[in-house]
Amino acid sequence: MINKVKQHPTQNEGLIFEIGSPGKVGHQLPPLDVPEVDPAEALGAANVRTEIAGFPEVSEVEVIRHFTRLSTWNYAIDLGMYPLGSCTMKYNPRINEAVARYEGLAWAHPYQPESLSQGAMEVVAKLEEALCEITGLDAVTLQPAAGAHGELTGILLIRAALEARGNPRKTILVPDSAHGTNPATAGIAGYAVRNIKSNDQGMIDLEELARNVDSDVAALMVTNPNTLGVFEENIVAAAEILHSKGAMVYMDGANMNALVGITRPGDFGVDVMHINLHKTFSTPHGGGGPGGGPVAVKKHLEPFLPVPRLQRLRDAWRWNYDLPESIGRVRAFYGNFGVLVRALAYILAHGGPGLRNATIDAVMNANYIRHKLAPYFDLPYKRPNMHEVVFSDDVQSAKGVRTGDMAKRLIDYGFHPYTVSFPLIVHGALMIEPTETESKREIDQFIEAMISIAKEVEDDPGLVTSAPHSTRTSKVDEVTAARKPVVRWKG
Amino acid sequence: MRYLPKSDAERLEMLAACGLTSSDQLFSQIPAEALLARPLKLDPGISEYEIADYFKALSARTAAGYASFLGAGVYNHYRPVVIDTIVSRGEFLTSYTPYQSEISQGTLAAIFEFQTMVCQLTGMDVANASMYDASTAVPEAAMMAIRVTGRHGILVARSVHPEYREVQELYAKNQGLPIREFGYDSETGGIDLADLEAQISNETACVIIQSPNFFGIIEDVKKAAEIAHAHGALLVVVFSEAVSLGLLEPPRDADIVAGELQSFAISPSYGGPYAGIIAAKEKFIRQLPGRLVGQTLDSRGERAFCLTLATREQHIRREKATSNICTNQALIALMATIFMELYGKAGLRELATQNLAKAHYLGSRLNRRFSGPYFNEFVATPGSGTVDAINEGLLEKKIIGGLALDRYYPELAGSALLCATEMSRRADMDALALAFAPSKEVIA
Repeated sequence: MINKVKQHPTQNEGLIFEIGSPGKVGHQLPPLDVPEVDPAEALGAANVRTEIAGFPEVSEVEVIRHFTRLSTWNYAIDLGMYPLGSCTMKYNPRINEAVARYEGLAWAHPYQPESLSQGAMEVVAKLEEALCEITGLDAVTLQPAAGAHGELTGILLIRAALEARGNPRKTILVPDSAHGTNPATAGIAGYAVRNIKSNDQGMIDLEELARNVDSDVAALMVTNPNTLGVFEENIVAAAEILHSKGAMVYMDGANMNALVGITRPGDFGVDVMHINLHKTFSTPHGGGGPGGGPVAVKKHLEPFLPVPRLQRLRDAWRWNYDLPESIGRVRAFYGNFGVLVRALAYILAHGGPGLRNATIDAVMNANYIRHKLAPYFDLPYKRPNMHEVVFSDDVQSAKGVRTGDMAKRLIDYGFHPYTVSFPLIVHGALMIEPTETESKREIDQFIEAMISIAKEVEDDPGLVTSAPHSTRTSKVDEVTAARKPVVRWKG
Repeated sequence: MRYLPKSDAERLEMLAACGLTSSDQLFSQIPAEALLARPLKLDPGISEYEIADYFKALSARTAAGYASFLGAGVYNHYRPVVIDTIVSRGEFLTSYTPYQSEISQGTLAAIFEFQTMVCQLTGMDVANASMYDASTAVPEAAMMAIRVTGRHGILVARSVHPEYREVQELYAKNQGLPIREFGYDSETGGIDLADLEAQISNETACVIIQSPNFFGIIEDVKKAAEIAHAHGALLVVVFSEAVSLGLLEPPRDADIVAGELQSFAISPSYGGPYAGIIAAKEKFIRQLPGRLVGQTLDSRGERAFCLTLATREQHIRREKATSNICTNQALIALMATIFMELYGKAGLRELATQNLAKAHYLGSRLNRRFSGPYFNEFVATPGSGTVDAINEGLLEKKIIGGLALDRYYPELAGSALLCATEMSRRADMDALALAFAPSKEVIA
């Protein structure tokens, strides 16, 4: 029984190139207050283009309708639960959007004088300070633009520190449960990747780890809680194994929403980690970005942080570029500042005790779902879970229904799918992360939907494998898209 | 707490359903030595009103209300109201990466339009769904060239934005890629073709130039391409001022274009978030980094869009991926998309023409350092006094002057990089020209 959603018409809409006509404009400029300049004369005729062939020609109202119509084709957090494991799709508070648009912040030029940037620099300082306290680490750079960029920055810090000791080493260890960005990052940072098998509880196998840590290993990249949603109970011992061989521990902070206020990476042996502001700290995903990937480090890695770093000199903030041991620059300017403003607003709203309460609710929600769904879905790893829970499609695949099919059927019930087929160590994974910002009513509806789908698999598996049935776009042919790529409009 | 939608009674009920009596039990598996035994040392949470007040106070401690002639990769252009109206819609703002195509067609169609318009603007055949910014798009373009050519050398023009070059250097250094710089012509401000000829070799994977370059000068892309191609290298053309493409001949002779769309309705925001682009010739499509939207059909035979060629990407290919990029700048790219559609074919050209007129009005009143053709930025040298002293004086008139170049180009100490856009008022430009005290005849 589907009771969360009802179908209603959505508008059809062509691509912008199909709805314009020559001569239409959507914007008007004020008259010039200086003499006109002939482009061909000023630039040389060869440097002036004739026209931008194919470029849109539409009016303002058509632009508003175009995007409003397109927007109704999207699912979003504002419409309902988005249980994508590993993605922490939580509510995005609107005050954060408002303050990031205040003129002095939104229109601050990165090269304007420091004396006229103190308010913006204060945002950076406050956020650095809060993230140090939350992670239990000693210093933070806010420059990386997203999680993967933070990973790269973190691994380059490790490389620089090891190089300073005389040998950057060759290998990064990555558990088989890791996010794909981890091995990709290690490769881009110039390291070879060695995969480490998890134990039968889905956690780091200390013996396997000890066997693999030698004088060539630079670091272990570990996600904690890991991608099964399980806290790495041996993390302290694992860190000791790495440290005893002169290697370091990098933590992927994608799952930090399970830890804030409860436990701190700096206190369980982590040397360096990144934080996804667009996950844990509620900045909007915006259909794929922007993000923010601050990197926090222990004291011994601080000298290597990227330039520039914020510094307090007398009673003012300044940017310090004179950092002889720094790895250099990871991006232009000072990071995704607008995202930093939003994250700070979120931290201020919750405050210390509130952040801890958010973590508790996030973990409680995941455990509640686990207990309610365990009778219907296979739970391959039985250790207690934190903020997310991973089932497999073992029961349903006997009927020919896979995790991806059930995910699509969930759409008919008015929910975004959970994360499909990840982590790779679970065959046919259903990875569910509710976050703390779902009401009990929304979660109960999700649970009912999942149970109903499990029953449909028993009674009418075809109904599930052919889903979704209610969307304006039916199942999409991704194979043809990849075989004959059409990646631009050609008329 | 207003963001946590549960009553305490509901919490107890949910814990009970898990067989628990207290929330502490949720964390019993965490080893005691790892638990934080004290509250976080952060102030208690505050109301929306107090948050607004806090940031209002910070916003007041910046340059709000000042006129600015800074450019250097970040430009003051008017942001039509429509932009925020659209990107504030929850369906765009609060949706995830469009992996589930059936319920993400809005985002996917918008990205498809974005990719198309980036191609139309740059003269390239294919473009991805966005990069973090231009500074990180540049090394991604270089890595593409390295994969395509099987060579390792990178040759960068010194007239490329200094911070982009610093990022490129970091990426190259850590992958053991030999990177060298070639100079600019001290007369024109454009690339030194002879130096390029002298330094390029059959080890060079790519030549990287920027146009308009950091000094605002329009480069001879055709010549650079001839030299690069004659040696079997690719040409990467970078841009930081996207408005210039409304008027300038696009870099059709480039193999890869890496750029910055901040100028397209993306507020300066103290350096980010912006939207970078990578575009290339069709034959390099499988070497593109990052996400790509493709057109296809749904099971009813209707046009649909989806993310495609994912076998290039980290979540499939892991350590063999073309890049580690995952999260990109989708919402910011959407701002640029709306901007391009709103201004459109005629509007973007008119906007570029206005920028040209304003900058040339100002440029003709100052001692310009270089003779090459310029769009809306140029290097100028004061008639007397230092750039810093002139800038100090201008601040009293609520004007932020140009960027002193000594930090980036010691040989250009005493000069400043200045930018004028459609937002620059004539009166402010006159005040600036006066402060730069050029020769009397120019003022007259």
